[in-house]
Amino acid sequence: MTGALLAAGAPIPHPPLTFEPVAPELILVGVALALMLLDALSPRTPKRTHAWIAFAGVVAAIVESALLWNWHGQKVVLGGMVAADRYAVFLRFVILGIALLAVPLAQHYLERTGEWRGEFFPLLLFAVTGMTLIVAAADLILVFLALEILSLSLYLLTGFSLRRLRSVEGAMKYFLLGAFSSAFFLYGVAMAYGAAGTTNLAGIGHALTGGGSAAAGGTTTFAFLAIGLLAAGFGFKVALVPFHMWAPDAYQGAPTPVTAFMSAATKVAAFGAFIRVFTVALGPLGSDWRPLLAVLAGVSIVAGSVLAIAQTNVKRMLAYSSVAHAGFILIGLAAGNAAGRQAALFYLASYGAMILGAFAVVMFVSGRGERAQDLADYRGLAIRHPMLGGALALFLLSLAGIPLTAGFISKLAVFSAAFQAGEGWLVILGVVASVVGAFFYLRLVILMYMQERESEAVAAARTRAPVAAVAVAVPALATVLFGVFPQLLFGMLQSAASIRF
Amino acid sequence: MSAIGPYPGHFPWLTVVTFAPLAGAVIMLFVPRSRVPLLKWLALAVTLVTFGLSIGMLAAYNAERSGQVLHLVDHATWSSTLHLQYFLGVDGISLFLVLLTTFLLPIAVLASWRIEAGAKAYLASFLVLETTVVGCFVALDLLLFFVFFEALLVPTYLIIAGWGGDRRAYAAIKFFIFTMGGSAFLLAAIIFLYVKSGSVTGTPTFNWLDLSNLPLSVSTARWLFLGFFVAFAVKVPLVPLSTWQPDAYEQAPTAGTLVLAALLAKIGAYGMIRFCLSMFPQATVWFRTTALVLAVIAIIYGAIVAFAQTDMKRLIAYSSLSHMGFIVLGIFALSVQSESGSVLYMVNHGLSTGALFLLTGMLWDRIGTNDLRRMGGLAARVPVLAGVFLFMALASMGLPGLNNFVSEFLVLLGTFVVGSPWAVAAVTALVLSAIYLLTAYRRAFHGVPAIAGGAGAPSAEGNGHGGAAPAAGALRDLRGIEYAVLVPLIAAVLFLGVYPKPVLSKIEPATNVVAGCFSGAMPTPSRLAGTEVACIGGYYSGAIALPRSSGSP
Repeated sequence: MTGALLAAGAPIPHPPLTFEPVAPELILVGVALALMLLDALSPRTPKRTHAWIAFAGVVAAIVESALLWNWHGQKVVLGGMVAADRYAVFLRFVILGIALLAVPLAQHYLERTGEWRGEFFPLLLFAVTGMTLIVAAADLILVFLALEILSLSLYLLTGFSLRRLRSVEGAMKYFLLGAFSSAFFLYGVAMAYGAAGTTNLAGIGHALTGGGSAAAGGTTTFAFLAIGLLAAGFGFKVALVPFHMWAPDAYQGAPTPVTAFMSAATKVAAFGAFIRVFTVALGPLGSDWRPLLAVLAGVSIVAGSVLAIAQTNVKRMLAYSSVAHAGFILIGLAAGNAAGRQAALFYLASYGAMILGAFAVVMFVSGRGERAQDLADYRGLAIRHPMLGGALALFLLSLAGIPLTAGFISKLAVFSAAFQAGEGWLVILGVVASVVGAFFYLRLVILMYMQERESEAVAAARTRAPVAAVAVAVPALATVLFGVFPQLLFGMLQSAASIRF
Repeated sequence: MSAIGPYPGHFPWLTVVTFAPLAGAVIMLFVPRSRVPLLKWLALAVTLVTFGLSIGMLAAYNAERSGQVLHLVDHATWSSTLHLQYFLGVDGISLFLVLLTTFLLPIAVLASWRIEAGAKAYLASFLVLETTVVGCFVALDLLLFFVFFEALLVPTYLIIAGWGGDRRAYAAIKFFIFTMGGSAFLLAAIIFLYVKSGSVTGTPTFNWLDLSNLPLSVSTARWLFLGFFVAFAVKVPLVPLSTWQPDAYEQAPTAGTLVLAALLAKIGAYGMIRFCLSMFPQATVWFRTTALVLAVIAIIYGAIVAFAQTDMKRLIAYSSLSHMGFIVLGIFALSVQSESGSVLYMVNHGLSTGALFLLTGMLWDRIGTNDLRRMGGLAARVPVLAGVFLFMALASMGLPGLNNFVSEFLVLLGTFVVGSPWAVAAVTALVLSAIYLLTAYRRAFHGVPAIAGGAGAPSAEGNGHGGAAPAAGALRDLRGIEYAVLVPLIAAVLFLGVYPKPVLSKIEPATNVVAGCFSGAMPTPSRLAGTEVACIGGYYSGAIALPRSSGSP
């Protein structure tokens, strides 16, 4: 039919082009391209100007997202590709907020280490674009595209410190395993298409609902394969056991501001898509994938917590702890109910704040280059630098799930969702693993409050940079605020947790 | 089905008392680290003001109408999505524990007057700790309680880890892991109740009154009971879960030990009465024998191990274990007298054991050791200190006329009514405590002086065998600030020993409610047929005249 129309010279039919819902992404890409041109055409531009432009771009994207909060147009635009719901807007806020703090942090780091190159901020903005796009993607093809945009940018950012072997090594491992995961994911997309005949999330959901009774056995097999492969693909990105192997090396090798950014924002973005795909497209098969995800969550929580005990490097310890936290967040999805999704979103926002702040402190302590990242290097930190040490202690306590921090409310929310879903064993496992977790977080806290034999790194750590204040203070404030007044975030989440499609 | 109706407006005494120390800690943040004396006076002023406020709370408590059990309720919504409530209230069980806390904290600050290094963080930790401890005693929303219960670990941990003895890092992390391990199950149980209440009534809640009325199947109630019990048993502690206790008590700085022994242990016992007994009366009856056995084991084990100690601080730590076993025995005897006795004992034990730990710290300041083998003959050199120590030891072992006697007597009375074997086992605690406390007193203060040493200058070399050494050592007796620490404690011990009636008369209405669930010598859940557990909650909410039917007398 299309051919006939073309032959007749009629205009090509296309869905109405509504670009507002992707305006944040357009801004980010535009700013990234402008920065690349600026670097190429005017190499003498002060480095800080680049950072300010990137910062302004992120701010503009945030403003644009805020306008989308009250979007009354179509629920899905651009031919069913992009969802314009509050779910996407909320996650965009979180991701862009993280990016906003990562920009000055990275600028400070790059100037200090002398590793500044013009492509850093464009790459960062491309990664952010991929992240904000993936949480709004309403079609598996777009999910995959966004996943690739963010992944490729992150591989490059991980290996940005070319002279440091660990950085290159981390990037290599991240890239190789990430390429595998992309292949898994793409194969999963193919299977989903095989099962439903469409890659549109809502379409798949519709087909699977209708097909439950009528479909042939082959369709169900395809759907199950799709569940497994898509879960593996997302599992890589959010670092679930057994797909977590890349995380410690990539986290340790990457320049610390990149680690801070990617540990926080990638988790938010990948989980955002994970939850949307499994709820909207695969929701009808919930009773089939919920046990699978529950087991993945349980294994990640236990393995992440136990392996973190053995670490002596702070970045690796936080990497393993991020594996455990991925498990905790997954409980929210595995519960399969609205409360669980809401809990997972709350968890993502709080976790983003905590881990970004923690890595920011790590960055300031490790001084020039990536030295002084042993646990022992933190001896006396809170005595010498009470604010910096106190903030890190706060983040660690929050990660451990101590009350009056966001981490506690997060765990409370996912646990109660799990009980509602009848997954009591996950709660027991979770609370026991929290105790294990408390051990390694507190080990670091206790070192920081040791009064004698202060480490050289602590004596040398500089905290006068104003970015330190912002990149540490804002997450610290968020951690306390969400912990004491969780309603601030839950108020938003009540409308954001319902996914429109 | 929320039991919280509109309360008549009153001054939020509980909120003010709870958060005044926290406000003080925030003010303290703005005082420069170097101004140590100012920080100390500020901390003292904050704790004294808090004590004054708690006296105001007592007055307001007395002023409220007499038929009421739950007093001074402060209630607000905390998070509407999660259905968290800010719900504070006191009854006779918690009232004096709050007062004990606010009374002991100025003493703890005074006992820390010698601390110089990191005084700001240290004193701020104590103020935060006071908020969390008081919060535990007044919070009636389970999640709010848990928040305080868990949050208090952090300042306690910092106090032990930052200013403790040589093995403080080990002791601090052991303390933290044990208590957090216990409270993990508490959290799981609380969340389960929350979800359960949601499925029964449509609105999940953490409100203690509402949850007390929640119908639960027998086996569910037992599991939940165990979740609560383990958390509190770690805090008390009871024997298999108590191994953190001697280390933490020994390694903590003197004021830290005071708070650990006098207050934190009480939160465990308080939690048992408030939550285990009142929310799961059937499971309590089911578990009763086991709990009594655990209590007797704690009593006897603590006493015997205390006797074998050569370190004064560890000895008192184990004696505390023994006495806390006595309190748990009273709680699970489930009679009115034993409940009242246990609540009173919590206060008394806080006073006398706290005082013993303080005296041990003062002794350490003078001779630089807690080792009984290196003491001896000190009565001649510090006669007043020795006298006060003997006084507190006698109080601790239950000499009539001093405070512990009254509460021990009540517990024994209540236990006898229930079953004499338990009471007989409990009586051994009295005999054994006399043995180990008097032996410790004799070894430290009488006999041949074992070491010399001037004030604060311990001698590492064993010169104790030199005949001339003891005469040379001029130890200073109690000083002004130490009198300020001890005199209020002595006065309280005497007062509660001679005239406990005003205290008991306030405790009893509340313990009547608790014991009212369990009737007869061998309590049968007569009023608890089926899955009905509306025992405490019904009474309390009925007693505060809320618009709902109450099945209680």
